[in-house]
Amino acid sequence: MTDIHVPIQLPEFDLPEDKLAQDAEAPVERESSFASRALPKILAPLIVGILFVGGWEAAVRAYKIPYYVLPGPFTIVETLISDWGVLWASLLVTLTVTFQALFLAAFFGASLAILFSQSKLIEMSFFPYAVILQVTPIVAIAPLIIIWADDVRIALLICAWIVAFFPILSNTTLGLHSADHNLKNLFQLYRATRWQTLRFLKLPAAMPYFLAGLKISGGLSLIGAVVAEFVAGTGGRGSGLAYRILEAGFQLKIPRLFAALLLISLTGVVIFLIMSLISHLLLRTWHESAIRTEN
Amino acid sequence: MSVVPLRVPAAETAQEPLRLKPAVRLTKVSKRFSNGTLAVEDFSFAFPQHGFISLLGPSGCGKSTILRMIAGLNRPSSGRIDWPNAVHDAAGQPERNLAFVFQEATLMPWATAIANVMLPLRLAGVSKDEARERSQVALAQVGIDDFANAYPRELSGGMKMRVSIARAIVERPRVLLMDEPFAALDEITRFKLNKDLLRLWQESNFTVVFVTHSVFESVFLSQHVLLMAARPGRVMARVPVDAPYPRDELFRTSAVYNERCRMVLELLGQASGHD
Repeated sequence: MTDIHVPIQLPEFDLPEDKLAQDAEAPVERESSFASRALPKILAPLIVGILFVGGWEAAVRAYKIPYYVLPGPFTIVETLISDWGVLWASLLVTLTVTFQALFLAAFFGASLAILFSQSKLIEMSFFPYAVILQVTPIVAIAPLIIIWADDVRIALLICAWIVAFFPILSNTTLGLHSADHNLKNLFQLYRATRWQTLRFLKLPAAMPYFLAGLKISGGLSLIGAVVAEFVAGTGGRGSGLAYRILEAGFQLKIPRLFAALLLISLTGVVIFLIMSLISHLLLRTWHESAIRTEN
Repeated sequence: MSVVPLRVPAAETAQEPLRLKPAVRLTKVSKRFSNGTLAVEDFSFAFPQHGFISLLGPSGCGKSTILRMIAGLNRPSSGRIDWPNAVHDAAGQPERNLAFVFQEATLMPWATAIANVMLPLRLAGVSKDEARERSQVALAQVGIDDFANAYPRELSGGMKMRVSIARAIVERPRVLLMDEPFAALDEITRFKLNKDLLRLWQESNFTVVFVTHSVFESVFLSQHVLLMAARPGRVMARVPVDAPYPRDELFRTSAVYNERCRMVLELLGQASGHD
């Protein structure tokens, strides 16, 4: 009997010690965790970046590589500044097409997904065609669209939209079907109307999926806009960054080509960050993906 | 089958333990699923008004199916479910006025506790302000009004279940259907919630139909325990627990409680031996 009592009492004795040990360790752990988690996240890629750019500059200088083959980072930044007027105008054009396409993709993707969720028949009838639209390479359809559309801007918009639209459609459709089964029963029990079920249950449940789709489509709409412009190959005043790259290539203005390339990449990164921020702001109160856990 | 079957004819039970018309009456209800399984066979029982009845049995005995049929989530294959006391609407459909508590709390993760409780009222077209006020009262009734603005993920399992119960009672239902609501909780939390549920039930006048697979829980809570056997799901016996309310920890250790628990356990043992 006493054998039983001893192990029962043991934890009582251990508990304060454990707590003390934990309390003593806690601040230390916090300090080290700040140093070992937050800083490397910024520092590590920064060091890699500096090493890479430095190595690039050094190689270009050491081997005297001509600027029309591979310009050094310095030359690229110089060009970016000296050609800013042209590049900025082009960036605006590309950005306009990208965001218009993204907005339309979000609108039509979500609307179509909602329509699909209301009727299985509509979903079955149209979803395969959405897939066909998605799997056909945009480069292959772009020339047709450019012929059909009067305005090149409209043609670019359509191309970018086709690329960006599918992830939103398929993700949102999945999300609308993903509402908890018991919650669906509950809505049925309270005799919720179709509209109420959509508004209070299905749309909130689909939100994380929609936002994940939006993140993918943000990048895709930029790619769509750039690819379509390559295919269109139209120059002049209202041309975007893709045309600047083509033009710079023809004229062997390689530093400008790199500068335009740099701008496209940065734009992509910024779009991704914006979408991540939107997603975080909308989900931070409840969704697992946006919650920081202690352990 | 060696069990002395205490199978109760519907008419008899309807009169016997109650003075009033039953809240809901099931007459020879059977349910066969589309895959051919006979989930419930000839279930007859009249659930008294303001009664507390437990359905107890092993998994697969159809107790949840009965609950879902009462809720109107499943249709019986044969038999009748009527609501003798309910007001009937213009189309002749009874105003069932019931609430359901699932085994999981089944809260909307994107909504705060109070917004979750407001849901039934909002769906019924109650204005936002009134719904908020009434939900606050319901949250106070289950003792967590301090957490009205917390999100479900911030609450413990027991607290989530309290929110779920608040949501069930906010519309003042006549019948509260509970499908193993405390099965996923630890025993300490479970005892607390058992007591609080009894208090809620005494304070109001709804009928509780409580599905559980815990013998001790069913005897502690209910006036009658309906023992069910599986394959096909059917009532095997009805065990009355005629101890007065309020029941508390003292009752949990009383002779009556022990004797009833033993009786139920024996009957269950015979049933599973048969299986």
